[in-house]
Amino acid sequence: MATFRIKRYNPEIKPEPYYEDFQLEIPEGATLLDCINQIKWTLDGTLTYRMSCRSAICGSCGMKANGHAQLACQKQATSLLDKNDTITVEPLGNMEPVKDLVVDFEPFWDKVNKIKPYLQTDDSPPKKERTQSPDQFHLIDDASTCIMCGNCYSDCNVLEVDDKFLGPAALAKAQRFVGDSRDERTLERVTELSEPGGIWDCTHCGECVERCPKPAQPFYRIKEVMAVALEQGVHNNNGARHALSFVKSVKSSGRLNENMIPVESMGYFNIKGLMELIPIGLRMLLKRKIPPIIHKSIEDVKDVKRIFKELGQ
Amino acid sequence: MKFALFTGCVSQGATRELMVSTKKAAEGLGIDFVEMKSAACCGAGVVGEKSSILADTLNARSFAIAEKQGLDLVTICSTCQGVLKKTECNLKSDPEYKKKINHILSEGGHQYDGTSRIKHFANILATDEGMTRLKERIKRPLTGLKVAAFYGCYVLRPSGLSDFDNPDNPTGLEDIFEVLGATPVYYPSRTKCCGFPIVMMNKTASLEMAGNALVDAIESGADCVVTGCPLCHLNLDSYQPEIDKLMQKKYSIPILHLPQLVALALGYSPKELDMDKHIVSTLNIKRKLHPVG
Ligand code: SF4
Ligand code: SF4
Ligand code: SF4
Ligand code: SF4
Ligand code: FES
Repeated sequence: MATFRIKRYNPEIKPEPYYEDFQLEIPEGATLLDCINQIKWTLDGTLTYRMSCRSAICGSCGMKANGHAQLACQKQATSLLDKNDTITVEPLGNMEPVKDLVVDFEPFWDKVNKIKPYLQTDDSPPKKERTQSPDQFHLIDDASTCIMCGNCYSDCNVLEVDDKFLGPAALAKAQRFVGDSRDERTLERVTELSEPGGIWDCTHCGECVERCPKPAQPFYRIKEVMAVALEQGVHNNNGARHALSFVKSVKSSGRLNENMIPVESMGYFNIKGLMELIPIGLRMLLKRKIPPIIHKSIEDVKDVKRIFKELGQ
Repeated sequence: MKFALFTGCVSQGATRELMVSTKKAAEGLGIDFVEMKSAACCGAGVVGEKSSILADTLNARSFAIAEKQGLDLVTICSTCQGVLKKTECNLKSDPEYKKKINHILSEGGHQYDGTSRIKHFANILATDEGMTRLKERIKRPLTGLKVAAFYGCYVLRPSGLSDFDNPDNPTGLEDIFEVLGATPVYYPSRTKCCGFPIVMMNKTASLEMAGNALVDAIESGADCVVTGCPLCHLNLDSYQPEIDKLMQKKYSIPILHLPQLVALALGYSPKELDMDKHIVSTLNIKRKLHPVG
């Protein structure tokens, strides 16, 4: 017998969420969603959640199992049992619960809409469709597989502390259009995406890659947008300056020059930003943690420089 | 046990105590680390923001250097490990790409075949051989010390590249702590991100991430936090005074590098491990240490 420890919430009856345990024999081959359905149909008809396709296509059934976002219809229930034969089921994170496992997706959709998820062109539409070659489509293939389940949004570490961050799904969708050979607003797009709350606020935690049930894998899409932003010359922000300073340092010495990165990331003329570096700088200095002032190169740095040159960097 | 040591840049710069303690830990364990003096920075994922083929070529060059010595490559930085493994995955999954990169490398006299494995220091300790060695050589069990692991994202995610069993709920570091005689403290934030990559872009969010993890560790009863990532160390230790202001908790907790903890149990003194070079005082740990027996 397995225990399903489900986080319940119904503000009309009780203001605080609580956990309720349900006992169920897991039928052979049952997914988590099959089990939740069983619970609803045989044990408690008031249990509330979203579902539709049952085949990992519609993106409705995202929920947390044992603390991590998953599609309930995609996971074998037995694979989720902990050592006490229990599965803890909770609503997705980073969104407000509405009832039981249903959360309010409004902020999620607002952010997806904010990146203008539609083709923008200058000319009027052609008689037939706007075509792409297979190679051109390949560049946006992964991003276009997103089913808007919100799993990535739920577990994103930045969204836990900053709800202004556009978040993984919207940024992956942005890559879908930044990389589209037919779209004619690339520069405008990457300029907007480089603002605070955009691509450079991603902390590389990898949660979105881990939780995404599709090849969309937002973190990798975000990296692709960053490359386009740098290539398009959108350099006037700490993220871009940081990346460029980093690359410059590796190019000249094969290593990171930690003394230069903070200063160059802030920008030489950003007085307020530079002032902010002083307390940590002093602290590190006092503990002799400041990296050697004379920055040493790696051995055979010549070869590294050659590689940069060969790749046109 | 002999490995090519990919030192990474931060252990040569702002966290030199990591390099010092790695050497001591290796000496105490009888592990032979051959420093890769001509390997370039892994790029920390940042070089890849500019050009992914550039980052992959530089990393393939590092693999080739280890291969030439017939050694597996060991990192002492979660980030290095994750970034290097991503390159390895890109090369192994696309023979054409590998060929292209080998062509660029050939002029510098390098060739990548894919024979060396890439491991984090923690993962070589967590093997049967590593654990046996540890057990045999402990001179000062860390009994009574409550230690909270902070893994660093890149050794866990994406899980397909991770060497830990069950990256969503790993126990590799805690298993090592137990062998050292310490008491592991399990707390929810141990697998989260410290926020370091955005400290220059969104400082408040970054420090709040670090702060939440530290508060979590402290409230779970930890005496110290131990990490396998020098970048985590920078955010959790060097920025702790700012974090403290932000969280308004008046807490403080020392952050150790994994090799420091290991070397303490092997009998080295806090001084030998440069534990006085940290921003947050490590005195409470010193007080809890037993004499070397
Ligand atoms: S990698 Fe970036 S976008 Fe993805 S979950 Fe982490 S912080 Fe969010
Ligand atoms: S990117 Fe992946 S996890 Fe995020 S909403 Fe789309 S399908 Fe779901
Ligand atoms: S990840 Fe960091 S420490 Fe590791 S090599 Fe790159 S810059 Fe250096
Ligand atoms: S926790 Fe922070 S510094 Fe450590 S690996 Fe993750 S992002 Fe990097
Ligand atoms: S029910 Fe449609 S994705 Fe799970």
